[in-house]
Amino acid sequence: MTAQKTKANIVATSGSHRLLKELPHAKLTWMLQRMCEIRYFEEKAEDLYMRGLVHGTMHLSIGQEATSVGSIATLRPEDLIIHHHRGHGHTIAKGADLTTMMAEFLGKETGYCRGRGGSMHIADISGGNMGATGVVGGGIPTAVGIALALQMRRSEQVLLSYFGDGATNEGEFHESLNMASTWKLPVVFICDNNQYGMSMHVSRVMNIANISERAASYGIPGQSVDGNDVLAVYEAVLGAVEHARSGKGPSLIDCVSYRWRGHSKSDRNLYRTQEEIEEWKRKCPIRRFKKVLIEAVVMTDSETEAIDQTAKATIEHAAEVAQTFPEPSPEHMEEEVYAL
Amino acid sequence: MNTNHTREITYLEAVREAMIQEMRLNKEVFLIGEDVGTYGGAFGVSKGMLEEFGPERIRDTPISEAAIAGAATGAALMGMRPVMEVMFMDFLTISTNQLVNQAAKMRFMFGGKCSIPMVIRAPSGSGTGAAAQHSQSLEAWFVNVPGIKVVAPSSPYDAKGLLIAAIRDNNPVLFMEHKLLYRLKGPVPEEPYTIPLQSAEVKREGRDLTIVAYSIMVPRALEAAEKLAAEGIEVEVVDPRSLKPLDKETIIRSVSKTGRVLITHEAPGTGGYGGELAAVIAGSAAFDYLDAPIRRLAGRDVPIPYNRTLEQAAVPQVEDIVAAARELAQEGR
Ligand SMILES: Cc1ncc(C[n+]2csc(CCOP(=O)(O)OP(=O)(O)O)c2C)c(N)n1
Ligand SMILES: [Mg+2]
Repeated sequence: MTAQKTKANIVATSGSHRLLKELPHAKLTWMLQRMCEIRYFEEKAEDLYMRGLVHGTMHLSIGQEATSVGSIATLRPEDLIIHHHRGHGHTIAKGADLTTMMAEFLGKETGYCRGRGGSMHIADISGGNMGATGVVGGGIPTAVGIALALQMRRSEQVLLSYFGDGATNEGEFHESLNMASTWKLPVVFICDNNQYGMSMHVSRVMNIANISERAASYGIPGQSVDGNDVLAVYEAVLGAVEHARSGKGPSLIDCVSYRWRGHSKSDRNLYRTQEEIEEWKRKCPIRRFKKVLIEAVVMTDSETEAIDQTAKATIEHAAEVAQTFPEPSPEHMEEEVYAL
Repeated sequence: MNTNHTREITYLEAVREAMIQEMRLNKEVFLIGEDVGTYGGAFGVSKGMLEEFGPERIRDTPISEAAIAGAATGAALMGMRPVMEVMFMDFLTISTNQLVNQAAKMRFMFGGKCSIPMVIRAPSGSGTGAAAQHSQSLEAWFVNVPGIKVVAPSSPYDAKGLLIAAIRDNNPVLFMEHKLLYRLKGPVPEEPYTIPLQSAEVKREGRDLTIVAYSIMVPRALEAAEKLAAEGIEVEVVDPRSLKPLDKETIIRSVSKTGRVLITHEAPGTGGYGGELAAVIAGSAAFDYLDAPIRRLAGRDVPIPYNRTLEQAAVPQVEDIVAAARELAQEGR
């Protein structure tokens, strides 16, 4: 608890105002809508959990919505993502069907993984979401393989590989960045940095101030950005995506944000102060984006609220429908293990 | 054992008490793992230990299972007695090089000139809805590696006695803690005591058939035995407690008495530890007493699913044990 917390040296948002002018209105609307959907999805997930309707675990990214949305907003529809246990945001931003996603959370046969995977393992392979891994860091080497296949097939697609700050202390992270950088693979490594593992603040588990410094070991670009500023994330990741798509290889983008909720389900928050949590709640990425949009006269107050309320209604509907779906049957599970 | 000082505590508390008592006795014992300090461990096993022993001996680590296992192995090579906690048994996959190629082999490979006295505490098993990557029982892998011992206690009493024995043992000991057992209560003496690693226990006596079960399967087998008793089938439940080294005698004696044996575990059947148990029985004097083929009831050959119904269907439940034991009791009669 007494750990000295080094303030991350975050590159200031340079292009926000330019981006507000350059990006199509529809894109900005899309961004806000997705952020709101993520927030409402997770609040609903939490509610269903509290009501005892979910057996299992979940990891909420409330407070981190700008990172997944800002990064995925840079992609073409055919581009790919692979991600980790705190993955609702990436899944929604990548365009998942919310009812199918809610069904997976509830363990239903009609869910994305037919109830086999659950909250921690949502994959939407046909939609370019190559799946969430519950083993910290476990998706990063797989990302190397996906990007290798893209390169060998001369594809124009790129891959975003997501993981937490804690995951960058796994050997798998370092081996993967080394290999991907050596082969100039078309992947962008994105650290969804909420500053904590389960209870360990980054300052207690690494001897550097910014995770992006790790890029230097692999000779690739590295940048830390304000992960609560959706436009800053967009700008940084866009550059990295172009870099990857043009054959120049991977980058590491460290998006610094904060998780409002406990690590999983709930926890006793013994490792941080209530003041710290409140301080970050005041930096809410959704409220902030709305404010920016309104101040730049891109949207009116009632327009942002309409987007917000539509998102809320969409999630309510998804949750209601998903609860009526059938449960899977255990009879033929063995037949599902191996491909034919 | 002074029964005056025995009280009811949970399995989780028994594990914690064993660590605390050994750490008080021996300065060279320390706990190392992810979130074991401030957070008190993912399951709360080490709650409060940081306050007593401080951050040096209740050592919070980065999320780095390979280096955690290596740090424990190296410290043990120096003669210290680390207890390493892996957050879920599934993540031993990341520690495996250090455990299997270093810790398990160094003593033999270096001509007996060193020893690796360490404990690897691993929460195992399914039943919490944590799905395929947080629910495995990987004992069979480790039993197959000469140099590592494997222990899987099923009660608070066994957990404390076996953990103290494991800490005092001069070898790497993999100590499996089933997550569903953490809340199980039972009588445990306050003072430290050990249970020899090679000592199976008859958990319930019966004449009609033997169930060999370990870890979570022991309480399930005992519950099944209660139900079968109501039908007039008297089941004997034998818990090996330690899978390696294995107390073969107790198992052979029981099977020789009942003439029928059902072996059950949560891990998938194919290549599972039940095969080893079956081979031990079939190759022993008990073979002559068998009135029916040896039976196995194991987890299905599937990754553990998320959905609760599927999850329960993937591993043997009390009803499955009852059904299998009932059939076995009637076979050939
Ligand atoms: C290999 C591995 N070790 C430990 C865990 C347990 N665990 C789950 S999430 C987590 C913290 C991960 O921190 P970070 O990578 O920063 O992601 P965050 O949860 O903060 O999004 C831990 C230790 C795990 N799932 N996998
Ligand atoms: Mg984190």
